[in-house]
Amino acid sequence: MRTIAASEVMRAVRDLAISVNRNLPGDVLRAFRRAREAEESPVGRSVLDKLIENAEIARSEQMPICQDTGLAVLFVELGQELQVEGGLNAAIHEGVRQGYSKGYLRKSAADPISRKNTGDNTPAIIHYDLVPGDQIRIAFMAKGGGAENMSAVHMLKPAQGLDGIKKAVEETVSKAGANPCPPIIVGVGIGGTFELCALNAKKALLRPLGSLNLDPDLVVLEKELLEQVNNLGIGPAGFGGRTTALGVHVIKAPCHIASLPLAVNIQCHASRHGEVVI
Amino acid sequence: MTEPIRLKTPLETAELVKLRAGDEVLLSGEVYTARDAAHRRMIECLDRGEPLPFEIKGAVIYYVGPAPAPPGKVIGSAGPTTSGRMDAYAPRLIALGLKGMIGKGNRAAEVVAACRKHQAVYFGAIGGAGALISRQITAAEMVAWEDLGPEAVRRLTVKDFPLVVVNDCHGGDLYTQARKQYQRL
Repeated sequence: MRTIAASEVMRAVRDLAISVNRNLPGDVLRAFRRAREAEESPVGRSVLDKLIENAEIARSEQMPICQDTGLAVLFVELGQELQVEGGLNAAIHEGVRQGYSKGYLRKSAADPISRKNTGDNTPAIIHYDLVPGDQIRIAFMAKGGGAENMSAVHMLKPAQGLDGIKKAVEETVSKAGANPCPPIIVGVGIGGTFELCALNAKKALLRPLGSLNLDPDLVVLEKELLEQVNNLGIGPAGFGGRTTALGVHVIKAPCHIASLPLAVNIQCHASRHGEVVI
Repeated sequence: MTEPIRLKTPLETAELVKLRAGDEVLLSGEVYTARDAAHRRMIECLDRGEPLPFEIKGAVIYYVGPAPAPPGKVIGSAGPTTSGRMDAYAPRLIALGLKGMIGKGNRAAEVVAACRKHQAVYFGAIGGAGALISRQITAAEMVAWEDLGPEAVRRLTVKDFPLVVVNDCHGGDLYTQARKQYQRL
């Protein structure tokens, strides 16, 4: 059994909160550049140029890429052979609290009914997985509200099948239009239960753009879905163009014989995430 | 692409009626920040017969909740938020003389109709380009409701703020028009 102090986790989360909000991942920047080359719309190209410039300004001036620095969503893989001394949950929330304060990040967490801001961007949304080993892997996602608002869960009927899945993904993106800050990344969770498909849709967003799904059938489906949503013509910033999405990522899970749950989690182009292994 | 049109606040109706959906604009002057909570309070002010915290006639509202200003900067990242959440409030403000709105995403039919009736314009800014846009903001001053934090009303001085006309005074809608042009059915 290996032991680490909870304070080590706190510091890692604090630093991740700040760096993730300032440094756009390389795979997203490369996707911007590929889209810039392929985009037919002059306004679309101009928007993509500005997004590349925006990411460069954020990195060089160490300021947030977007003012909506998101709710802090964390995926934690905790090795079963690792003992964390002190409260792990409390350490993660404290890391978020300190990161959002020290990094001049916006505090966007509010009570759902009174709408009163909690003032420190906590509580973080934490998902745990127990895994073999003696390490802890923490993936941090700064998830903005605009794209999250356009996400949806559809409880389809098994008879609707693959066509129903494709139609529902397309309709969700179509309805979202310019709201979620296109070009977007579409996370799709197929199967499981009501909550598992949503969780898988969000997890799918962590996969780097341009990487292949490990399931060959899903490689084909992702390609088809990407073409389908790009045919909507929404384009960068919704000002029209051929780049509505930079990627569609799918995770599937077995479901009940009576069900076909489908979740579509939309991610804005400022796909801010990063991870640390302790 | 044609050169962007330069506009200055306060916006004059004579200038606004010349704009068409899809026109690129560089806006300079003063804009007021307000989003969900500030809009709710403005409407409550009107209901009570109290004045709004700023002169609405000819004004431009920017739907934004900026990030805190780091040391040495007037403001943090400051890109647009989704405008549709303000649709319930916008027609009443437009009727009182609001001339420009800046945000992202489509508007309700009531807002488009109000723009047409009262010669107001809805501009789209690039969502997610908050660091870039903050460079065009040269001053930020608290106007009202500081307790709302990022949602407080601030007066921003902007220089060459890059915008695109989404809904013009004539019923034009860029999102619908542009999508038709690039979609493949």
